Amino acid sequence: MQPIIQIENLSKVYANGFTALKSINLDIREGEIIALLGPNGAGKTTLISIVCGIVKASSGSVRIGGYDNVKQYRAARSLIGLVPQELATDSFESVNSTFKLSRGLFGKAPDQAWLDQVLKDLSLFDKKHEWIIRLSGGMKRRVMIGKALAHQPRILFLDEPTAGVDVELRQDMWQLVRRLREDGVTIILTTHYLEEAEEMADRIGVINKGELMLVEDKQVLMRKLGEKRLFLHLTQTLAKIPEALAAFQLDLSEDGLTLIYRYDKQGEHSDITQLLGAIEAAGLRWRDLDTEQHSLEEIFVNLVRK
Amino acid sequence: MINIHGVNALYKFEMARTFRTLAQSIVSPVLSTSLYFVVFGSAIGSRMSEVDGVPYGAFLVPGLIMLSILTESIANASFGIYFPRFIGTIYEVLSAPMSPLEIVIGYVGAATSKSLLIGVIILATASLFVPLEIRHPWVMLLFLTLTSLSFSLFGFIIGIWADSFEKLQVIPLLIITPLTFLGGSFYSISMLPPLWQTLTLFNPVVYLVSGFRWSFYEIADVNVGVSLAMTLLFLLICCVILYWVFKTGYRLKK
Ligand SMILES: Nc1ncnc2c1ncn2[C@@H]1O[C@H](COP(=O)(O)OP(=O)(O)OP(=O)(O)O)[C@@H](O)[C@H]1O
Ligand SMILES: [Mg+2]
Repeated sequence: MQPIIQIENLSKVYANGFTALKSINLDIREGEIIALLGPNGAGKTTLISIVCGIVKASSGSVRIGGYDNVKQYRAARSLIGLVPQELATDSFESVNSTFKLSRGLFGKAPDQAWLDQVLKDLSLFDKKHEWIIRLSGGMKRRVMIGKALAHQPRILFLDEPTAGVDVELRQDMWQLVRRLREDGVTIILTTHYLEEAEEMADRIGVINKGELMLVEDKQVLMRKLGEKRLFLHLTQTLAKIPEALAAFQLDLSEDGLTLIYRYDKQGEHSDITQLLGAIEAAGLRWRDLDTEQHSLEEIFVNLVRK
Repeated sequence: MINIHGVNALYKFEMARTFRTLAQSIVSPVLSTSLYFVVFGSAIGSRMSEVDGVPYGAFLVPGLIMLSILTESIANASFGIYFPRFIGTIYEVLSAPMSPLEIVIGYVGAATSKSLLIGVIILATASLFVPLEIRHPWVMLLFLTLTSLSFSLFGFIIGIWADSFEKLQVIPLLIITPLTFLGGSFYSISMLPPLWQTLTLFNPVVYLVSGFRWSFYEIADVNVGVSLAMTLLFLLICCVILYWVFKTGYRLKK
């Protein structure tokens, strides 16, 4: 099947001479959710902006649904919806009137029934006629998503949809993304949270300093990168790790109160049950435990070092 | 193929903004025009009975309308595009399947409509002060439309060029206001010393005001055909600049 988005040798040098993207090649499959991960300034927003036609590429090409996004911009752009990273909304317009504008701009005939549906899906229906300036930040973000959905795009770009969003909205958002995907919408999202990518995406791309470091199926990537750590908080200080536990390659915290166990997320090498058994057998008592996943930054360090 | 829904939606959205602020968009030109009438028409006009055979109060009307149209067209069109750039909502228009021409029709069409509306309202206001006579209504409408359109385009260009609110104000303030005041709105060019008469011919506003006034009273500083040609030339220049702006993505796309 032809990829719905084909990015070839895409580079971007900004007017000030800064190279934000270096020859990116990426195919996006129809119907998938792909997450782009990368630290601040990696070039995620630049990439999305070029695909959506807001920023001009310096070289390379983008095809959307087979259409060149510059030469056949009409056909190409009518397929996409964009939710940018920055909150940008009109202030003295009602939610519904901005939805109507969005729908029209993308060439769709007015359809209030659909807009009402979007309003309901985003829990904005009771704010339909409210001025946007009177909405909370989270609601404004919903408005931005609603604007992108108003014209029923086949491809949706979500640039850090969950930055600065509360837990509830985040969950709503994830649910919405899943529902859209069931309808066959292709979704490209950027995030700093591995957890989010893990939860949502089929594939994960990692961008760093303008380069696409890797694109991989989530399962594969999580296995490669998804090391987790288990912290066991002991009731007594430990001077050194008992011999009996050597097989687990534990680390001991400096204060001697916490044992750290590194294991693989995917479970193949995780022997937590055995570990806990062995600890008990060694006569150690623990009062609490918690786990921690590698932050993206750490993963990057790992990735870049290799 | 034209994105008719897009143009329509953008135009309506912009017009809604106009109507939401209708009171202030209309009260201020009506008020300032009335003030001009009181000050120039009554106070000064009483000592200056006629210009080229037309009572001074009536002579003023076309110039005053042009004055408001110019200012309002530039202000509305420049703000209309600058503001979305400023707050960032422009991303949506730029990512939409809209051709440059369609974007311009939406924004500039709305600004032009508003100017026309204001022109008509001022005309109605003026008719309360002085008896009006319009000998060539169609020519009047033509000048009104062409002027609203070209200066809305001009304003649109300013709104794209400006990268601060100061810059948005500076051209109207430093260039347009002097040109309109020196453009023969309040006097006939023939009343000026010869050197100034010549210099004045470099002022595009002169042609607009003169042609527009001709449509009322058949009196003109320059031939009405020349006025029309100059107006069209100005329109053309604005179109060419805008074509270049969109072609290069100047200030719209990084
Ligand atoms: N208009 C611009 N002119 C010059 N440089 C720019 C411009 N916009 C972005 N950049 C630079 O390009 C790089 C990539 O920026 P971009 O916004 O794409 O990063 P990002 O991956 O989205 O980061 P974040 O996670 O912080 O959103 C950054 O170093 C940024 O400073
Ligand atoms: Mg970004």
